[in-house]
Amino acid sequence: MNKFVTAFIVMITLLVTVSGSAMALAKDITVNQQNKTFLMDNVKVEAITVNQGDTIHFMNNDPWFHNIFSLSDLKTFDLGSYPQGESRPVTFDKKGVVEIECAIHPNMHLEVTVK
Amino acid sequence: MNNSTHQTSTGNGLLVAAITALFLLAWGTSFTALAAKADYLPKQKMRIPKDNQLTPERIELGKALFFDPRLSDSNRMSCASCHNPSLYWTDGLRKGVGKGSQTLKRATPTLVNVGYSRRLFWDGRAKGLEAQALVPLKSTIEMNQNIAELIRELSAIPGYVELFAKAYPDEGITELTIAKALASFERSIVSPYDSPFDRWVAGDDKALSAAAKRGFDLFDGKARCSVCHSGQNFTDNSFHNIGLNNDDDIGRYEFIKVQVLKGAFKTPTLRDITRTAPYMHNGEYQTLDQVIDHYVKGGVDKSNLSPDMKPVKLSRQEQADLLEFLQSLTDEPQPVTVPVLPN
Repeated sequence: MNKFVTAFIVMITLLVTVSGSAMALAKDITVNQQNKTFLMDNVKVEAITVNQGDTIHFMNNDPWFHNIFSLSDLKTFDLGSYPQGESRPVTFDKKGVVEIECAIHPNMHLEVTVK
Repeated sequence: MNNSTHQTSTGNGLLVAAITALFLLAWGTSFTALAAKADYLPKQKMRIPKDNQLTPERIELGKALFFDPRLSDSNRMSCASCHNPSLYWTDGLRKGVGKGSQTLKRATPTLVNVGYSRRLFWDGRAKGLEAQALVPLKSTIEMNQNIAELIRELSAIPGYVELFAKAYPDEGITELTIAKALASFERSIVSPYDSPFDRWVAGDDKALSAAAKRGFDLFDGKARCSVCHSGQNFTDNSFHNIGLNNDDDIGRYEFIKVQVLKGAFKTPTLRDITRTAPYMHNGEYQTLDQVIDHYVKGGVDKSNLSPDMKPVKLSRQEQADLLEFLQSLTDEPQPVTVPVLPN
């Protein structure tokens, strides 16, 4: 009986550790929309690489609306139009390349490589 | 002296000052300018493809092609038929006119400063001037030209053979070089950036009337025009549904199926706006007063309105000031010499 309990406790501990590690690996990344440009840490970005499971939070810092979308086969989404101060997330759950744009401002383009 | 009375007076004074400061901050913040005056200085560099750098020879060839009605199947229509330099590179009509005098779907946009635009047509479907140039040429409802036949025709004209050889040596007369030449000429159609507004931005305080200056403050502040009409050419080159009566024209949504783009069209320039009536992609408004009224109402068909479009409360005086500002964006007419076409 004790062996079973011990084994059970070890298994649960392992599960929690592994899942905890997995959660610790999945990151939250912020990409700002500012001056009709995508910025990360105040630097203009046109291409970034993230890990499978990461979430990008698209924060609107401009005093007008943006509408982020992608029609890539890998990840299709339309975040809708949202105002300054709001942020909407996208989790990248499959590996590959996703092309992201603002529907309103087509010069805003971001290529996300998910590895 | 009664200390408690003194302290109460001082406390009241501070409170009044704080409330006044907060009020002024809120007032100023609510009408904060969206852009600085300097944002309208003509500093932007035109993006030109590496394989089509501007040369006088390319502009000369492009100009000949632009004005040449032999580019159409009927030999009666040239690019300049609709983009008429005498009418500020548009045609003064509510909608464009195509083959056989048929009315087209949308208004002819001006070509002033078109070289600064990356996405062409009202719906932005062409990326780059080279991609756009041949579309009206080939369109069966516009110039209706067969390109292979056009190449044969041009190749039989010694003057064109020489012009192409000078402009694009070793590239020949092809669909691509025809497009590149037309694009090169279009890139040369630029404002002198010497309107009264430009002179005011450059530092001449007397260049604008007091009313026009008030109009600029409204344009950049309460009226929020510069959200879309931004930068030196007064366009963000982006796509918005501003609540016009679009009928069945879905605009950019035809090419990109994202809800916000249904009925969205490209922001046009406001330069020379007093000379390029009628206004909007459908030529709906004949006067700038009608345009201003449209924005005061916050649009007419609000079924898929851009969230940036909201009614704007403008008094009659404010509307007059805004109009006077818009009038200050027109340059002196730039006469264009019409080329003698090659034979």
